Amino acid sequence: MAKTSDLDVGYVSKLARLNLTGEETKLFQKQLAEVLKYAEKLGEVDVSHVETAAHAVPMFNVFREDEPRDWFTAEEALSNAPHKANQLFIVTKVVE
Amino acid sequence: MSASELPALTIADLQSRLRRKEVSPREVIESLRARIENVEPKIDAYLSIDFDAALKEAETANVDLPLGGVPLAIKDIINVKGQPCTCGSKILANFRSPYDATVIQKLRAAGAIPLGKTNMDEFAMGSSTENSSVKVTRNPWDLSRVPGGSSGGSAAAVAADAAFGGLGTDTGGSIRQPASLSGLVGLKPSYGRVSRFGVTAFASSLDQVGPLTKTVRDSALIMNAMAGHDPLDSTSLPDPVPDYTKNLGRDLKGMRLGLPKEYMIEGIDPQVKSAVDAALKQLQSLGAEIVDVSLPHTDYGIAVYYFLATAEASANLARFDGVRYGYRAKDPKDLLDHYGRTRGEGFGQEVKRRIILGTYVLSSGYYDAYYVRAQKVRELIRQDFVKAFEKVDAIVSPTSPVPAFKLGERTADPLAMYLADIFTNTGNLAGICGISVPCGMAKVNGSQLPIGLQILGKALDEARIFQIAHAYEQSTNWHKARPKL
Repeated sequence: MAKTSDLDVGYVSKLARLNLTGEETKLFQKQLAEVLKYAEKLGEVDVSHVETAAHAVPMFNVFREDEPRDWFTAEEALSNAPHKANQLFIVTKVVE
Repeated sequence: MSASELPALTIADLQSRLRRKEVSPREVIESLRARIENVEPKIDAYLSIDFDAALKEAETANVDLPLGGVPLAIKDIINVKGQPCTCGSKILANFRSPYDATVIQKLRAAGAIPLGKTNMDEFAMGSSTENSSVKVTRNPWDLSRVPGGSSGGSAAAVAADAAFGGLGTDTGGSIRQPASLSGLVGLKPSYGRVSRFGVTAFASSLDQVGPLTKTVRDSALIMNAMAGHDPLDSTSLPDPVPDYTKNLGRDLKGMRLGLPKEYMIEGIDPQVKSAVDAALKQLQSLGAEIVDVSLPHTDYGIAVYYFLATAEASANLARFDGVRYGYRAKDPKDLLDHYGRTRGEGFGQEVKRRIILGTYVLSSGYYDAYYVRAQKVRELIRQDFVKAFEKVDAIVSPTSPVPAFKLGERTADPLAMYLADIFTNTGNLAGICGISVPCGMAKVNGSQLPIGLQILGKALDEARIFQIAHAYEQSTNWHKARPKL
């Protein structure tokens, strides 16, 4: 197991595109260190013979017919957009 | 019966009165409105209610349908067309659902009327409903205590007779634990039994929608309408849906119930322990045999759960980027500023904490040590249950180690709050089904606080746990107790 002191909340918040206040960063650093310390017990378990399980009920090759169906109009799809114009989502400028 | 007494009815009793034309669907909505106006200022269970839409649907309701004319309270994470869907978050404060979730479509087809949306921990992250960004919901049994969570709004509404039944979601115990703390029946269906389409995702490999009701029969009635395959949810199971009421009334002769020795931990409230011990004796007197079983990896459940659920949440909540819906920060100077501030200003503290933990366990260098290892221990937890179910038909335990705790008592300590799900989260990890049924009352400082018995069944074995829960319920009076408001 990695050492719990490795967690750098400030760095991870950048990975997560999630601004934190200085106070939140400090608080989470302390609280999550406690959670990681609690979780150190997972290191005790012998998992050398265990297959990784992403789901409890594995299902494979789930397909449905690729057929058109009634769904949103453009207006409905845009109905919750914080910023829209000309039937388009307006985004923050990505390239100069 | 006077109109003011209607809201106390079970769904099954309400239906017989509707079918005998003793009441009209319109009178049902009107009587419920009066009850809600009376108790809602005390409990704050609902986030939004659309009486006009409900009255309109009542006009054309066909009471001969399985849930014809029955209004239901819906956790505000499940999309109901035209109604808000805030997930208890500021980031979705102005969101209105442009479509119905599959469960809502199915319930409408069965005649039910989605009346309003109920409070919850933000994005279902919590065990007390105190993480709602909107307001605090109070337990109808003691207004200074939490109703449990995250589906605490639906639980409080049903417990206060401000709803005939409600929907919740359960990722680590979020239906069963509030059912236990509020004196209700709460079912977490097997993973894949109920469609997740249109239900805002928290942890996709764990989430399930299920009913919160006054009785086991009501729970089975809602599941009859709601369960089944959905081509729009690739994780929904194609297995046919049995009639969940078919085993109700059958006795428990020859039924083998497992008692996991790992669940007898320190920290169980003595009143919870004695109520569960008495429930086991009652089950024996009904013909069941209690058998010791072992679930050796139980103690790792919370740690596995918090790595996997936060990892999945950190990915699922990436969709809240302030572009297609939801809150957007003002005047961002560039794209990174747009994302960082939109999410930093829009999400509440518990959600942020979990996104950070989830991002960390998935990040380069830690993925194998945390995420992959947790997945492997999850598999061992699942195998524990597979082995136990070779010996027994179902497993019994307390639902929550404690009765309802005080508002504010655990908010400063996330780990203490996480431990509220200690008996429930392994059921989600293993993909099995579980139900909580009232089994006693704790007396704490002059308050009566409900206690819940959890019955866990094999995947897709809902009919059997309904049978056990119903036989127990009907042989006791706990489900008839109602809070005085």
